[in-house]
Amino acid sequence: MAKVKGAIVVEVERCKGCGVCEPACPQDVIKLAKEVNGKGYNYAYMQNPEECTGCANCAMVCPDAVITVYREKVSQ
Amino acid sequence: MEMKDIIKPENLVFKKTSLFTEKPLSYCPGCGHGTVHRLILETIEEMGLQAETIGVAPVGCSVLAYEFMDIDMQQAAHGRAPALATAIKRLHPEKFVFTYQGDGDLAAIGTAETIHACNRGENIIIFFVNNGIYGMTGGQMAPTTLPGMKTSTSPFGRDTEIMGNPLKITELVAHLPGTYYVTRNAVHTPAAARKAKKAIQKAFEYQKLNKGLCFLEFVSNCNSGWKLPPVKSNEWMVENMFPYYPLGDIKVPSL
Repeated sequence: MAKVKGAIVVEVERCKGCGVCEPACPQDVIKLAKEVNGKGYNYAYMQNPEECTGCANCAMVCPDAVITVYREKVSQ
Repeated sequence: MEMKDIIKPENLVFKKTSLFTEKPLSYCPGCGHGTVHRLILETIEEMGLQAETIGVAPVGCSVLAYEFMDIDMQQAAHGRAPALATAIKRLHPEKFVFTYQGDGDLAAIGTAETIHACNRGENIIIFFVNNGIYGMTGGQMAPTTLPGMKTSTSPFGRDTEIMGNPLKITELVAHLPGTYYVTRNAVHTPAAARKAKKAIQKAFEYQKLNKGLCFLEFVSNCNSGWKLPPVKSNEWMVENMFPYYPLGDIKVPSL
């Protein structure tokens, strides 16, 4: 079975750390970082990147459109 | 597999729409306005209507919508966006015209303009973002504020004996013969946001038919006004706003 691997890129300086993406992630990949960005917000990042499937749910609810999503099919 | 192997242009599935300007959105973290902006702009981009669309910005939190949307925009006086959109649509009937309004703008000061534009059946789209409070001015009570809800001008909760009941303006305009498509959505979850985008696409397609006004309400949050963190405010919205403002289509075109 082909497996789907995904990855996200967060525009750190524009993230406002609202955390709306966290409950939207079915794989519990996206979390808020302990570090802050230039504006003082705890930005979103991939805590366990291996689990990401690139479903784009986080990007769908992100109010500031800071998330870019990539997805690739991996044949095993 | 390394992350850098996945992050390649050919694997791209979602990116920020190019119709956003470079300006960072001025909304509070977690505000539904940003999501609704994005869904509207994505639809315009996918339908290739950037040069054909004229938007009307309101007064309220989204007063600066024209700074973020890379389309032709006009900014109306408080509550008068449907009147301005009427003029634009009548002068340019081939253009796609929409207004973007909040509940303080549309359901309070602009009630007359809204109801008459709906009743005349102008061929415009009204995007109505309802968070039950005046966000920009400091969380005052709006006509859409829920019974018992605490705001800065109803610190003990809205007392319906004195302050009246919340106004369901979407149900109100659905009764008017001039409206063609009336629906209520939300953008707090991925599923809800995708559904909302479908409704926006429908509204733009219906405008081509010149059959009447499309009225799209989005129940949204106001975490600053409600004094809750963003995720909590979404939960509060599901628990309290949705029973009073149920999601779904209210008026669909009969074919």
